[in-house]
Amino acid sequence: MTEPKLPIRTRLASGLTKGAAALSRATGRGEGSVIGARVGMLVDPDMLANLAAGRRIALISGTNGKTTTTRLTTAAVGVLGEVATNSLGANMPTGHTSALVKAGPTPYAVLEVDEHYLPQVLEATHPELVALLNLSRDQLDRAQEVAGIAAKWRTLLTGKNVHVVANADDPMVVWAASVVPSVTWVAAGQRWLDDSWVCPECGSTIERSGEQWGCVTGDLVRPIPQWSVRDDGVVDPTGTYHEVHLQLPGRINKANAATALAVADRFGAPVLEALPRLAQVTSVAGRYATVVKDGRTIRLLLSKNPAGWLEAFDMAEDVPTLLAINARDPDGHDTSWLYDVDFSPVRGRRVLITGDRAYDLAVRLEVNDVRFEHVTSFGKALAAVPPGRLEVIANYTAFQDIRAELDRVN
Amino acid sequence: MSTEALRLVWVYPDLLSTYGDRGNLLIMARRADLRGLPVECHEVRSDQPVPTGGDIYLIGGGEDGPQALAAQRLIADGGFQGAARRGAVIFAVCAGYQLLGSSFFAKGARCTGLELMDLQSDRGETRAVGELAGPIDPALGLPPLTGFENHGGRTHLGPGAKPLVTVQVGVGNDGRTEGAWAGNMLGTYAHGPALARNPAIADLLIKWATGETLEPLDDTWPDKLRNERLTAIGTR
Ligand SMILES: [Zn+2]
Repeated sequence: MTEPKLPIRTRLASGLTKGAAALSRATGRGEGSVIGARVGMLVDPDMLANLAAGRRIALISGTNGKTTTTRLTTAAVGVLGEVATNSLGANMPTGHTSALVKAGPTPYAVLEVDEHYLPQVLEATHPELVALLNLSRDQLDRAQEVAGIAAKWRTLLTGKNVHVVANADDPMVVWAASVVPSVTWVAAGQRWLDDSWVCPECGSTIERSGEQWGCVTGDLVRPIPQWSVRDDGVVDPTGTYHEVHLQLPGRINKANAATALAVADRFGAPVLEALPRLAQVTSVAGRYATVVKDGRTIRLLLSKNPAGWLEAFDMAEDVPTLLAINARDPDGHDTSWLYDVDFSPVRGRRVLITGDRAYDLAVRLEVNDVRFEHVTSFGKALAAVPPGRLEVIANYTAFQDIRAELDRVN
Repeated sequence: MSTEALRLVWVYPDLLSTYGDRGNLLIMARRADLRGLPVECHEVRSDQPVPTGGDIYLIGGGEDGPQALAAQRLIADGGFQGAARRGAVIFAVCAGYQLLGSSFFAKGARCTGLELMDLQSDRGETRAVGELAGPIDPALGLPPLTGFENHGGRTHLGPGAKPLVTVQVGVGNDGRTEGAWAGNMLGTYAHGPALARNPAIADLLIKWATGETLEPLDDTWPDKLRNERLTAIGTR
């Protein structure tokens, strides 16, 4: 790709972005990408649009799985050429800006986008394609209701010339995506059903039978998917089955891989060339990472909301398990959602609990007839279990705390 | 006591279950079960008729749209109101609590409620989000309420409804009182869910429904949780 002619203001802003990021790192204030972009965007408010121009862009959004799907899609599209991406999950415009500055000119960009920021980022980057994964309840004390986000997406997409890759199994996503004439439907599955019992179009009940679903009046029904997850692989639009080998666990990551392949295919990457690239992805921003310490092999699973916990239980193996819950700002302050999660999958395992809100979890587990031990730190949990495997499932800040503790000792 | 099962009816989980409301059903069922009371749980979706023969009815929280829809469907169905007039025990949370009154606000419009309790709700200037706590009406003989509130409503009680709580932390009805009770009906803005943080309310409701005096249970973990929450907000 030839060096694009960036406006002088954007070049200046890009320089400032890198400079501020470097300064922030040098002064020990972390990665600095967001601070850098903030400085740059003050100089050039159109910086993101100017950096995006000339690239073929895919945006990836949804409540769960967007970081992982972005990583898998970046790997798959990588078959075609260099890809810029916001790999650390900084999924608001400052994160996109700094990712594009850092990558320099690339023919492709695959960007994870916070579901609330999709309108802003879509307007700025003019993507060729948007992938919509799922919508479910998240951070109830602050976030918008699910139907509200779906309506926002639907309004955004109405009349837009953009191709959408969307989950055919999530009624809210289907409703939002179906205003676009060109959609690739992926049967990515939906384990969490409790935010889509009522049709957002007509208010009638959504009925389900096997994998089919539709509202009673019939104005919203499951579209026929072009891509589906089957057994251990994916069926492509020609009906060909491909076994998918991943280092990431769980059925949900097969579904994320199906979306990644659908996006890459749309850009022209052959499935057979993309598949081996997916198999190379090991951990995503620390998620699914395996760390060995004091003879314990610890695997970290992040679960931010009820739908995420259902998927984590699908991945977690029958070994001693530590559950960690906080309720700080990024987690949401209301812990009521613990009752939206059925914890019975861990019944019978050795379960330890920790975190700021371990007592909320204790009461929940008692109601669920799950026996548990309370520990006051991750270190005490490690000491309490014998050498061997330990699964850790934690919500957002609890996950970050445990990662920081592991980084300190490693 | 009767050998018949205690019938718990959860009204409209498809519309009104936004704040872990299932927890209230699970906790009530568990606490009855631990006392050897047989329990039957019925979940009634909004496209199904509400049975009138239940012993305890639970109705939970939800956003504006589902709340308005729930009111329309309950008014058209009539089963829930029939059960209330028959004296069934009713426990209502947040949007469900507002529904018990004569009117409430949703999506910018005044909506007709079920007129089961002497109260009505309108919009506050700000949204009430955060911990909610205070002593419960001494007539009920319960320890202080602890919960989490998240609502934009302000609720005004008439002479036929008694305030449930004198607010120490949070907003509740209007910054002074929180929740209401009258006869066999009890409403609150508290999530947590409410019965996870206040198991004594669950026991009171079971007592209202059965007339039985209940043996105490091992509440080590709920007590730790209550203590932690009440300490965190400085009420003890
Ligand atoms: Zn419909």
